[in-house]
Amino acid sequence: MTPKALIITGYGINCEEETAKVFEIEGAKAEIIHINDLIENPKKIEEFQIMAFPGGFSYGDDTGSGNAMANKIKNNLNEEFLNFARQDKLIIGICNGFQMLANLGIVPALNDNYGKRTVALMHNSQARYECGWVHLKRTSDKCIWTRGIEIIHLPIAHGEGNFYTDEETLNQIKSGDQIAWKYVKEDGSPANNEFPFNPNGAIEDIAGICDPSGRILGMMPHPERFNCFVNEDGWTLEKEKLIREGNQLPKEGKGLKLFKNAVEYFTK
Amino acid sequence: MIAHRIEISTKVNDTRSQVLLKKLQNFGVTEAKAIEIYTINKDFSQEDLKKIADILSNPVSQEYLIDDYSLKTPFDFALEIGFLPGVTDNVATTARESIEDLFKIKLSGEESVHTSQLILIKGTVSEEQIKEIGNSLANTLIQRIHIKAYDQFIKEKGMDVIVPKVHLLARPKADTINLDLTEEDLLKLGKEGILNKDGTRRGPLALDKESLDTIKDYFEKEGRNPKDIELESLAQTWSEHCKHTIFAAKIDENDDGLYKGFIKKATQDIRNAKGDNDFCVSVFKDNSGGIEFDENWIITDKAETHNSPSALDPFGGAITGIVGVNRDTVGFGMGAKPIINKYGFCVGNPDDTETVYRDKELKNPAISPKRILQGVVDGVNAGGNQSGIPTPQGFVYFNERYKGKPLIFVGTIGLIPKELNGEPSWEKKAQKGDLVVVAGGRVGQDGIHGATFSSEALTSGSPATAVQIGDPITQKKMSDAIIKEARQLNLYHSITDNGAGGISCSIAEMAKECGGCEVDLDKVPLKYPNLDPWKIWISESQERMTLAISPEKVEEFMKLMEKRGVEATVVGTFNDSGRCVVKLNGEKIMDLDMNFLHDGLPKKSLKTSYTKVQNPEPTFSQPQNMTETLLKMMSRPNISSFDFISRQYDHTVQAGAVLGPLHGKGKVNSPASITKPLIDSDKGVICSQALYPTYSDIDTYHMTACSIDTAVRNIIAIGGTLNHLALLDNFCWCDSNNPERLGQLKASAQACYDYAVEYGAPYISGKDSMFNDFQGYDKNGNPIKISVPPTLLISSIGVMKDVTKAVSLDVKFAEDLIYILGETSNELGASEYFLMNCDCHSPLDCHSREGGNLSPIGNTVPQVNADQSINLYRLFEKAIDQCLIASSLSPSHGGIGPVLAKKSIAGQLGIEIDLSKVPAKNITREDYLLFSETQSRFIATVAPQNQKAFEELFKEIPFGLIGKVRADQNFIIKGLDNKELISTTIQKLNENYRKTFKDW
Repeated sequence: MTPKALIITGYGINCEEETAKVFEIEGAKAEIIHINDLIENPKKIEEFQIMAFPGGFSYGDDTGSGNAMANKIKNNLNEEFLNFARQDKLIIGICNGFQMLANLGIVPALNDNYGKRTVALMHNSQARYECGWVHLKRTSDKCIWTRGIEIIHLPIAHGEGNFYTDEETLNQIKSGDQIAWKYVKEDGSPANNEFPFNPNGAIEDIAGICDPSGRILGMMPHPERFNCFVNEDGWTLEKEKLIREGNQLPKEGKGLKLFKNAVEYFTK
Repeated sequence: MIAHRIEISTKVNDTRSQVLLKKLQNFGVTEAKAIEIYTINKDFSQEDLKKIADILSNPVSQEYLIDDYSLKTPFDFALEIGFLPGVTDNVATTARESIEDLFKIKLSGEESVHTSQLILIKGTVSEEQIKEIGNSLANTLIQRIHIKAYDQFIKEKGMDVIVPKVHLLARPKADTINLDLTEEDLLKLGKEGILNKDGTRRGPLALDKESLDTIKDYFEKEGRNPKDIELESLAQTWSEHCKHTIFAAKIDENDDGLYKGFIKKATQDIRNAKGDNDFCVSVFKDNSGGIEFDENWIITDKAETHNSPSALDPFGGAITGIVGVNRDTVGFGMGAKPIINKYGFCVGNPDDTETVYRDKELKNPAISPKRILQGVVDGVNAGGNQSGIPTPQGFVYFNERYKGKPLIFVGTIGLIPKELNGEPSWEKKAQKGDLVVVAGGRVGQDGIHGATFSSEALTSGSPATAVQIGDPITQKKMSDAIIKEARQLNLYHSITDNGAGGISCSIAEMAKECGGCEVDLDKVPLKYPNLDPWKIWISESQERMTLAISPEKVEEFMKLMEKRGVEATVVGTFNDSGRCVVKLNGEKIMDLDMNFLHDGLPKKSLKTSYTKVQNPEPTFSQPQNMTETLLKMMSRPNISSFDFISRQYDHTVQAGAVLGPLHGKGKVNSPASITKPLIDSDKGVICSQALYPTYSDIDTYHMTACSIDTAVRNIIAIGGTLNHLALLDNFCWCDSNNPERLGQLKASAQACYDYAVEYGAPYISGKDSMFNDFQGYDKNGNPIKISVPPTLLISSIGVMKDVTKAVSLDVKFAEDLIYILGETSNELGASEYFLMNCDCHSPLDCHSREGGNLSPIGNTVPQVNADQSINLYRLFEKAIDQCLIASSLSPSHGGIGPVLAKKSIAGQLGIEIDLSKVPAKNITREDYLLFSETQSRFIATVAPQNQKAFEELFKEIPFGLIGKVRADQNFIIKGLDNKELISTTIQKLNENYRKTFKDW
């Protein structure tokens, strides 16, 4: 079966087109829908197997990143979204989308308590928007989206990605194997909160977390922006190396793997 | 009504307070705490206020107080910064929407929401210093500062509840203006504006005597005096800013003037010569210029300046600049999607702290270069990032003569399908009977006289209302609703952006397409009541597009906008009456002949002169320690890294990044970038920008030739082609009533024609800003005038067939061969190297055509031989196509010394160079060889196995195999005597390359 992916947009979300595109490349049928159209027709949500909260600047990050959009969803579509989260379906929140998921309490949703806000993505420790590339290490065995990846190189672009929670919550996230990604150095060793490897000061280098089932992932880096070999920071060096070795250049970007995993969850 | 105050503070990891403290430490501050304040001007119950505080804060990291204050954080002073009445408050708009959505209510009438920031400060700080701190954090043109010492804070139980509401006296009527004035009063009317009853004036109309006489004649024939709105409207439409009167004027013997006779003519001649290979689609007639991208798509480009607003409020000026030029994309044809943002900031020396003043009383200081740069960097950050448009390309350029008036360039590239609903997408026409619809933001007093004000030099009378703050999210909602939905549904006939002059310009401009319009001003949605009609008509409030919509489709359009949270209003009708009519309360307050409004402006006739300046030649000899000299050059602001800007601008959004602002492991700024706008196509857009303002002190013709050559060369260096490359011209001149300055301008326009035609690179869009002069006072109250050096920004845009062939600037592997292509001449006049050795820090003394001393910057300005360059560029294209080049970078400011260093830093590999192998003409000094700014050269690295093929390809061109890449971190240059001239390490070079803006 071809899974259908709902890509939410509106009010300053701005990565909806490329997010839809990468799902289509991997064989899903993606549909971009404005949040107001969902509010008008909430039943529409049930047609989808995958839901994506793309990156962007919903409401300009006013009142806290992802907060105003989360409020809008809570005020108008709370039950529909929580129902979707509880079913055997997939959700991904990227960057601003992760901030929305966190504010909605859809991740980490400790003990399946979907809807309780327990983590925050605060201002970067340098208090400045940062755009660059980071290395991530997969640290959860249960997350469906990250299957088959060990270390991945992805772009980040955010002002509020400084993951924070209290000690007790952190321990529960850890014991539930819900830390999906950690920032690492190129060789896979811990970033240990060192800039720019950990680009925002996130506690324990956490770059992404999932829900207790592993179906729902929130992450700061942007896998959809590495859809093609030439997107990667430093690809011209890799190109030169491959040419000198007599090899062909690859076409695909490694970020596509996440979307492939999502589609295969329904097709395999 | 009782207003309530909600204070939200961060309880863990308060990084923003920490960064604030860092900023304030040199004032003696030891602790600082930033607290967000929401002032809710509606009498909610405490229970509801709690609900509001809950949705405005994050329980994991924040805590709040309602109508209360806390002494938890120890402090000596409380300082609050809020917006002045009428200033855009984006966070408050979002908070208001969230509150309305929470309770399913609409705030009405006087009810409102506002934000401010409370800063608690501890430290041994005097009252004077606390005021200084306030001034360093706020801009008093748009913000209020309220300070309470601890005791007062306690006594008065915290800060005051302040609701910044605009109160305008009810006076919505148009005044009749008597033009039967003495010549003196008439000129005063033109210069300072319409006289109010209280004796003040409304701000510049920027109309000269000839224009005023023409207007007087017109109204004599109409048999009446004008209304204020008519005069203001004519002033807007005829402004230098809108009509480009200088570029349109006859100039000496050339009746066509600079624009038609040089710029537009170049494009026409190039298009004719290209014949079937002409890639221009829509040039010089729309908000942006459009060229073919591939068989199905068009790319558009436009560059703008926002100089005067940025001088007064750098943040507001820059953010409105970037979102404004985004609208020039949305306003191209039926609406293009912005896909790339570009920037260029020309400001005074960042370490210059000597204040200059706008007024004789020394109460109104100009903002320092450092604060201007910080402000404009933040402004483009907010505008570009929030709009979801990547910013892979930009530059900063410093010169002491940008101290009075900075030049803030912003540009946007767009993408649009060639065909929309079966019609060519780039064509549009408002039709008789169509409704005039304005979509987006509301109208306030902001941005009054923006167009006329930027046509005047900056003095103490410059209106503060010219300042405005952009609201990127309102614009994003609007532009998405139009270009992603309404456009596909074919809901409108025409669209244009509201920029300078507001609806007075946009509606009147579109009315040309059908022949007239009638507008009902009462219908225009306002930010606050009782705005004067002339202000509504010319206000430059941001984030608005004007559309022509047929009555059958208007309902569908309105419904769509409502569903997208976009305000849209029908404000009038397009017709073919030949008149532009505006009504208020049913009464005609403006009724102008369309022809007079658009073409009644008397054509100017300009005379120029050009005196060739002979600058003193520098007398210094080659420094003993050339390693030190190179390191010093690396930290020159115009050569050093500005990655603190590149990294805070999102350059990967839209997922098409190929080569961004920083190259290599060592992250060195690149002068060109490549973007792949379509995920499933390998075609790319390359863009670059170039300027050489100091060359104008020698010769503006060659200044122009170098700017064009560099903008073209940067594109070739990274993988572009001369076959598919277009240019944009942005002139920022000074004192343009002066025949000498006009002579310089004419020489520049001549070079624009000559070199564009040689390269076959047509201009597709351009803009000019002619009066970048600051008239003010130095710290002793002596009058000073600071004029920018005549500046021409050339932007280049090219299409690359296969982005996988792209070449970055970083050296790749040890043992790779290093080549220089092209011959180096003794061309250091006004170069970075000569400027470094010439102590010219006073803007008054330096290179002044109005007198003053000439500095020893020399006269050997680089000259461009286009035939040779084209030959080289064609071969370079071939070399890249055959994958012979591993890295490349072209020398510009600073010459080959800095280029070699940058390539080495970027690749994190050392190099060794033999200077004697550099093909050179008339150079005997090693320092000249290293820092000459001769154009049309490349430094490339090549894999050893490609040596033969590479040398064979370039055999007709002067080139030199000058060295190789090392496996270690050492950077070594041997001099002409074969002895070590420079010996250093990548680490040392890198430190110097980054130290200038390290803590920014």
